[in-house]
Amino acid sequence: MQIYAEMKEQPLPHQQLQQRPTQPAGPLLQALGLSKHFGGTIAVNHVSLTVMPGTIVGLVGPNGAGKTTLFDMLAGVAPPTAGRIVLNGQEQQQRAAHTRPTQGLARTFQIPRPFSTLTLLDNVLLGRQQQRGERLLANLWARRRIAREEGAARERAHELLEFVELAPLAEQPAGVLSGGQRKLLELARVLMANPRIILLDEPAAGVNPHLLEKLIDRIARLNQAGTSFLIIEHNMDLIMQLCRHVLVMATGRLLCEGEAHTVLRDPRVIDAYLGTTTP
Amino acid sequence: MHVLGLIAYVSGFLSTALMLGIACMGLNMQWGKTGLFNVGVAGFMGIGAYTSALLTTPASAGAISSLGLPIVVGCFGAMLVAGLGSLLVGALTLRLRTDYLAITTFGAAVMIQLVLLNATRYTGGALGFAFIPRPFASIADQPTLFAVLTLVLLALIAFGVYSILEQLVHSPWGRVLRAIRDDETAAISLGKNATVYRLQAFGVGGALMGLAGALQAHLIGFIAPDDFQASLTFQIWAMLVIGGSGSNAGALLGSIVVWGIWSLTGIVTGSVFAAEDQARAAALRIVMIGVLLCVVLVRRPRGLLSER
Ligand SMILES: Nc1ncnc2c1ncn2[C@@H]1O[C@H](COP(=O)(O)OP(=O)(O)O)[C@@H](O)[C@H]1O
Ligand SMILES: [Mg+2]
Repeated sequence: MQIYAEMKEQPLPHQQLQQRPTQPAGPLLQALGLSKHFGGTIAVNHVSLTVMPGTIVGLVGPNGAGKTTLFDMLAGVAPPTAGRIVLNGQEQQQRAAHTRPTQGLARTFQIPRPFSTLTLLDNVLLGRQQQRGERLLANLWARRRIAREEGAARERAHELLEFVELAPLAEQPAGVLSGGQRKLLELARVLMANPRIILLDEPAAGVNPHLLEKLIDRIARLNQAGTSFLIIEHNMDLIMQLCRHVLVMATGRLLCEGEAHTVLRDPRVIDAYLGTTTP
Repeated sequence: MHVLGLIAYVSGFLSTALMLGIACMGLNMQWGKTGLFNVGVAGFMGIGAYTSALLTTPASAGAISSLGLPIVVGCFGAMLVAGLGSLLVGALTLRLRTDYLAITTFGAAVMIQLVLLNATRYTGGALGFAFIPRPFASIADQPTLFAVLTLVLLALIAFGVYSILEQLVHSPWGRVLRAIRDDETAAISLGKNATVYRLQAFGVGGALMGLAGALQAHLIGFIAPDDFQASLTFQIWAMLVIGGSGSNAGALLGSIVVWGIWSLTGIVTGSVFAAEDQARAAALRIVMIGVLLCVVLVRRPRGLLSER
């Protein structure tokens, strides 16, 4: 496939980026033997993975491999049929999906889910965690303080919209955006949450090449500042530039994992992508 | 004198319309802002009306209650009890899925009506609850002034409710409600507890219906279970849909328009039909509102004043 020819001589900026002075010892995010069955279909079959603080992990594999389903489980949306999820050392089985962002985990969607009747600015503002103004009664007695916090949040939201080059559309309803723009809006939205780890589901899909370069650069810089990523992506440029560690899934199982260069040359991986079956 | 009578009539008409408008704004919080389908509006109004009546009616011959607390206390009590009641109904249908919620609220309203009819010791049963204090009762012998002052009071309350709701809707809290309505999964992924927000919106709406019920009790001074039937729920819904679901101003406008049609058709049927046919003629008035609903939906599908 074309992608394998291209990836050989890519520069590897992550080698400088991922060396940070102090890092907590334990893993940031762990999946232990996760499985998900939909009736007869086994979408994810006993997958384990670890994301250490400050790293970017790539997750690749052909369509239908179960990558998105794995994300849904990590994000708490789809309860696993079996297995455990540990975030910051905390077991997640009993925790609802909406508690993930305050625990430092945010995700984007493969098919973007903007709030289409809300403006871009409101979309991004919704990413902010623990806003006083989001509490019903606080609006009756802490109006000044809420207004002040809201002002600061707006500034930050504008910065993020500028980064994804959507600032001119800030007051437009998100429904007007193209597919690629929606991806970028989602990225701005999760960045507003200041997460420690971000799960990106095909962030480059539909994003134009100029912005893609910026996107890769921004992910690298966020990572330098300490944010971890787990990235599902078909664009091998992005994977090769950002991820040292790559996992490959096929038909629900973890096919192999390891250093990006080695893994993506693995014959089993090439087979999986080309659709031929290996015993 | 003729003019004064007209002023009194119009004031009374507008007071009632504003009272219904408050319930309609409550429904707007539930349906227009959050997408919660409540077909038990009349039940929550009934809770509010009887709560305030029990709290405020003083001891006197034939009175059911003897607490005699101030009307303000009655109104807040009504909001509290109706608000908690709707939280309970909402929590029973845990995630407030549309169809279950509709069935549950309908059932709750029927149940409330039956309780009002049968708990005669506290409600007076079918005979109704009388001697409920009215504001400005001391000047009741001057009907015009009385009606105008009542209207001013109702207008102030309605405006207060409107302002608070507008503030809430434009707050970060209201933003989360809109986000949940747009895409619940995405809102949850951003850390918003959709169930809690829906319950809050349902509670706020229920509290306002309770307030409207209490105001109805104090406007008329008498309530009966028949005042809180499904046809009242239908009227409030018609008001919201005609006025423009999603808009609080629309809810108020719709209330005035629908209550206007209701009152006008009342005058017409009152003069055209014989006394013994009046009950059946009332059905025609409901039909008139249905016709108005159809006309508005064809001409302005999103109501007279829509959200944007
Ligand atoms: N909600 C669902 N119900 C039934 N099957 C599903 C559901 N979601 C995903 N699947 C199936 O699970 C498998 C993995 O899908 P997915 O996780 O989207 O793969 P990927 O993201 O790797 O392309 C596919 O066969 C898909 O059809
Ligand atoms: Mg996918």
